[in-house]
Amino acid sequence: MKQLVVISGKGGTGKTIISACFATLAQKKVIADCDVDAANLYLLLHPEIQENHQFTGGMKARIEQEICTGCGQCLNTCRFSAISEKDGGEVIIDPISCEGCGVCSYICPEDAIKMEKSISGEWFVSQTKYGPFVHARLGIAEENSGKLVTEVRKKAKEIAEKEKLDLAIIDGPPGIGCPVIASLSGTDLALVVTEPSLSGIHDMERVIQMAHHFKTQTACCINKYDLNLKNSRQIENWCGKNSIPLVGKIPFDEEVTKSMVQGIPLTEYTSNSGSREIKKMWQKLYKLFAREEINK
Amino acid sequence: MILSVASGKGGTGKTTVAVNLALSLEGSCSVQFLDCDVEEPNAHFFLKPRIHQSQPVFLPVPEIVEEKCTYCGKCAEVCAYNAIAVLKDNVLVFPELCHGCGGCSLLCPEQAIKEKGQRIGVMELGAANNLQFIHGKLDIGQAMSPPLIREVKKHMNATRTIIIDAPPGTSCPVIESVKGSDVSLLVTEPTPFGLNDLRLAVETLRELKIPFGVILNRADIGDKQVQDYCHKENIPVLMTIPTDRNIAVAYSEGKTIIETQPAYKQKFLELFKKVQKLKK
Repeated sequence: MKQLVVISGKGGTGKTIISACFATLAQKKVIADCDVDAANLYLLLHPEIQENHQFTGGMKARIEQEICTGCGQCLNTCRFSAISEKDGGEVIIDPISCEGCGVCSYICPEDAIKMEKSISGEWFVSQTKYGPFVHARLGIAEENSGKLVTEVRKKAKEIAEKEKLDLAIIDGPPGIGCPVIASLSGTDLALVVTEPSLSGIHDMERVIQMAHHFKTQTACCINKYDLNLKNSRQIENWCGKNSIPLVGKIPFDEEVTKSMVQGIPLTEYTSNSGSREIKKMWQKLYKLFAREEINK
Repeated sequence: MILSVASGKGGTGKTTVAVNLALSLEGSCSVQFLDCDVEEPNAHFFLKPRIHQSQPVFLPVPEIVEEKCTYCGKCAEVCAYNAIAVLKDNVLVFPELCHGCGGCSLLCPEQAIKEKGQRIGVMELGAANNLQFIHGKLDIGQAMSPPLIREVKKHMNATRTIIIDAPPGTSCPVIESVKGSDVSLLVTEPTPFGLNDLRLAVETLRELKIPFGVILNRADIGDKQVQDYCHKENIPVLMTIPTDRNIAVAYSEGKTIIETQPAYKQKFLELFKKVQKLKK
């Protein structure tokens, strides 16, 4: 199975819109939404949820107040400033700051701190009219988004193997940190969606460097390219110089918002120039995959 | 006053609001600007600060003192992040998984673990006229941004009005950035994606007990659902910014709104007055 991840560095460049279009264009694929802390792809794919799983990402420390003597040893060892002493001398743990390392529970002389598994999200296996879809929802103010991404990808892979699908389309999160690395590692190609702004260019360069750091091949597309032609040329030149295939230049398009409001992937909503450009882009990406196949 | 600018969804205009507010306020009070989107910091394009200090930021990760190690396996047992594996006569450390909690070195019975600094990024301090500026930049390939955000926030100057530009999303880097704010602004757009992610951001801020208001950017696209939601949830919409190709083009060139449309300065000052009223 081949895996394509759509990332961007900068948020709001159009990853999800494009991933949804690919879901309508690709054959025999599984779809995964790995932007687990702000998942949007379901709004376009209208999944019918078939399986619902709890995600226990990590542990949280809890103090048993009747055992705690208030000695304060834990206060000094917590490096995440999660433990504090109230005015009355009661020692408390802020579950939002706690990273679940457990050091406090180890050093507590009274054994008054217990580590408890925390349910920090859910993930779903769904069916859509475009194929099977794995998605998730990280709990509010929870961590371990990287682990939840890994969980989603594992399930997607399992489905692909079982149903003999040859492609996974992964909608990734913004940024370059933990959940992005988890979305990208081991994929065959990362499509970087950028926009012709100074921020877009800067963030694209960083996310492409990140992908290459993890030995993942990249291709690039410019969304709203006509908003600033000078910057778009700069992106084209940069891609050329760094041998990164530029697979698409999508014009600014008011239909995109309209299609989103209707909850329909752009390629099914209209056949205007933006929609056609995404279809062309898909053909090019498909060829990139095919070429790799020959290389192997 | 510590004011953070956040949003669940990316690309809604966090940085635009944060920098324009900072520059509008600059004449009337002293401002410190923290760009906590350390994975993809962008505010410097608009504020154009002169950086006068650059310091690398390190996370303490374990280093095994081979002579002392008895391979007892305690460190691997206590590490909650699987960052240490103990083999028969070798200890493997995976610094990219380490959270720097210090448990392994503290609990090693042989005192065979020292801590060394693993570079995760850089913090840059500077100024644009009277405005103090700090941002963090996560090194490429590093996974953990919260420690770098914590370091940036250690340099907060409480004598100033502090404006924090937060990363997108709702998970740990966002929590780390907005924690301790007096007020948060949530920037969104009136689309289904905007609404979905606004809801998540609202729940997050309620969990953190931070008062907040909403800024509706590109207010005339999409549908009315965000307004309806805010109305129903009693969330104040503090400012609306209409769709304006000129704003988008100026943004793409690293120009601020108040630079290209000075009338906006008054609107941002009015926004700040509303923000002050939200403060507990």
